[in-house]
Amino acid sequence: MSTTTADTHPPATPNAITPAKKWSYNPNKVAHTLEKLGLGYFSPFARLAGRDEPAKQIRTIAQNTFLPLLAFAIFLFGWQLCSGTVATDSQKIPSPGETWDAWNGMLAFSAAEKAKEAAYYQSLEERVARFSAMASEARAAGNTGRAETIERRIAKEEAKVYQGTTTFFDQIGISILTISVGFLIATLIAVPLGILCGLSPLVNTALNPLIQLFKPVSPLAWFPIVFVFTTWGIDQPPASSIWQRALFTSAGVVTLCSLWPTLVNTAVGVASIDKDHLNVAKALKLGWLKRIWKIILPASLPLIFTGLRVSIGVGWMVLVAADMMAQNQGLGKFVWDMYQNGDTASTAQIIIAVFFIGGIGFLLDRIMLVFQRLVTFEEQTI
Amino acid sequence: MAYFECIHLGKTYKTPQGDAVIVEDFNLKIEQGEFVCIIGHSGCGKSTVLSMVAGLNEISQGTVVLGEREINGAGPDRGVVFQAPCLLPWMTAYENVMLGVDQVYYHATKEERRQVATYYLAMVGLAGSMHKHPGELSGGMRQRVGLARAFALSPKMLLLDEPFGMLDKLTKFDLQQVLLDLWNRERLTAMMVTHDVDEAIYLADRIVMMTNGPAAGIGDILSIKFERPRDRAEIMDTSQFYDYRDYLIDFLENRAASAALEVA
Repeated sequence: MSTTTADTHPPATPNAITPAKKWSYNPNKVAHTLEKLGLGYFSPFARLAGRDEPAKQIRTIAQNTFLPLLAFAIFLFGWQLCSGTVATDSQKIPSPGETWDAWNGMLAFSAAEKAKEAAYYQSLEERVARFSAMASEARAAGNTGRAETIERRIAKEEAKVYQGTTTFFDQIGISILTISVGFLIATLIAVPLGILCGLSPLVNTALNPLIQLFKPVSPLAWFPIVFVFTTWGIDQPPASSIWQRALFTSAGVVTLCSLWPTLVNTAVGVASIDKDHLNVAKALKLGWLKRIWKIILPASLPLIFTGLRVSIGVGWMVLVAADMMAQNQGLGKFVWDMYQNGDTASTAQIIIAVFFIGGIGFLLDRIMLVFQRLVTFEEQTI
Repeated sequence: MAYFECIHLGKTYKTPQGDAVIVEDFNLKIEQGEFVCIIGHSGCGKSTVLSMVAGLNEISQGTVVLGEREINGAGPDRGVVFQAPCLLPWMTAYENVMLGVDQVYYHATKEERRQVATYYLAMVGLAGSMHKHPGELSGGMRQRVGLARAFALSPKMLLLDEPFGMLDKLTKFDLQQVLLDLWNRERLTAMMVTHDVDEAIYLADRIVMMTNGPAAGIGDILSIKFERPRDRAEIMDTSQFYDYRDYLIDFLENRAASAALEVA
């Protein structure tokens, strides 16, 4: 298709005819991508690799590395001081060294537990194999009754599940599963409701008092109410199942505490859509589904994701308390059990848990940040 | 009955101090394929008239008839080009045009619709950048997309609200040419609001001069008799161009306010 207009009046920029570029390392581009991914710490490394002002990059790297390390060293020193002084009759704050020992102990325990589990399943398999051989032998000898008895036995054996102690790492897994469920439910409720609030001032007026009322409620207060709901609505599955009722109770508390930031942000995002964008929808007479899908949702995605990011932060914070109350096999239960133990080694394990809770929370926040930056479009200014 | 007609069109806003009359008794007939420019001082209500015709602003009094039917709300039978390009920043230029094309040619195949969008984007000189997002395009290129989006609807009427008001002079000349080339092919009935006198003379068959508000109306109408297709340099060489120009500027400087008094 020829462009008659372009012949007489060349386009404002001649980018249509730039020759294909060969790939080359663009430190600026890589650095920007890293920053977009929330890995800003590594962007000076990328620039350094491209020989982009090496002296400046090295200075930045040194600063970004040594200042945090220095602060961490001061923190360790303060911790060491505390561990010498803060002590009761039965326990004391463990020192960084003792905490490190506890961490190694946890690793060893977890490895031993995994080995035990593997051994259990291996012996189970061997038994099943032996029984199977016996069953086919009996069948070959024409003794069907005996074969069936043995086969029933095999089925029983195969249904057996290892009943070991849950390790710290299993509990991390359960916690992440719990917050995923809670956060998913919260999102499925908050986004549609937020869109409704943003679109209709009437709905907003109706719901606003409820939102304001429930937003500041503590997870500890929600727990008994959610507990009634899950006890009423969910049958307790067998102990081997990962979908324990306590998991849903805990997830429910997470939902109730974390849906508000998303709800409020979605409502604000939808209500504050550029009037020009809505005019486009109006001028084209888009149907309501298309209007929501093509205009309203994309336009408010940046604010929705801001809300989701706050929500997941709140959810993670609430989760530990919810796990404690619901006795869900997550990090909260781990902290609770260690607290019940009440000795110094247990306190050291709690400190380890604190680091993990913080680290995972940080990771979740970073993941949401990446999503948030991906959906944020460039505002156009003429 | 003319192809397009504003009959006693008026806009009134209710305020605590009583009704604020923005536009009053605006009567205008436009023939099919005619290009009409509306000029007037800033804030006189010319954009209000256009947005009422577009259906984006409620009509207080009177009616607007287009192709023997009274307009009722907005619709893709009128292609609107706004002052800001109003592109959706999360869509590429192509997707922005397709949004309208999908709406109008819903009975066509996907391939036919793709061809329509591609054709108009190529016509405005964006064949090479149609898959870029508005954030990657210059102001002039964005408004090219705006023009492509409006023309791709094959509308009964084209409504342009100071479409080049935010562009620099050179870009503006380019885009006026793009608009005129497209218009020469399709001869859509067009109504364009501008406050650029030269632009109006270059583009229009008739120029409607609006009196100053409040209660703005039509003060005078000037027919532009240049042959089409027009050439900017040729037109600007004629003395006729400067006669038109003087007439319009005289209206804006001396008569727009007093004409308003006469109406009042």
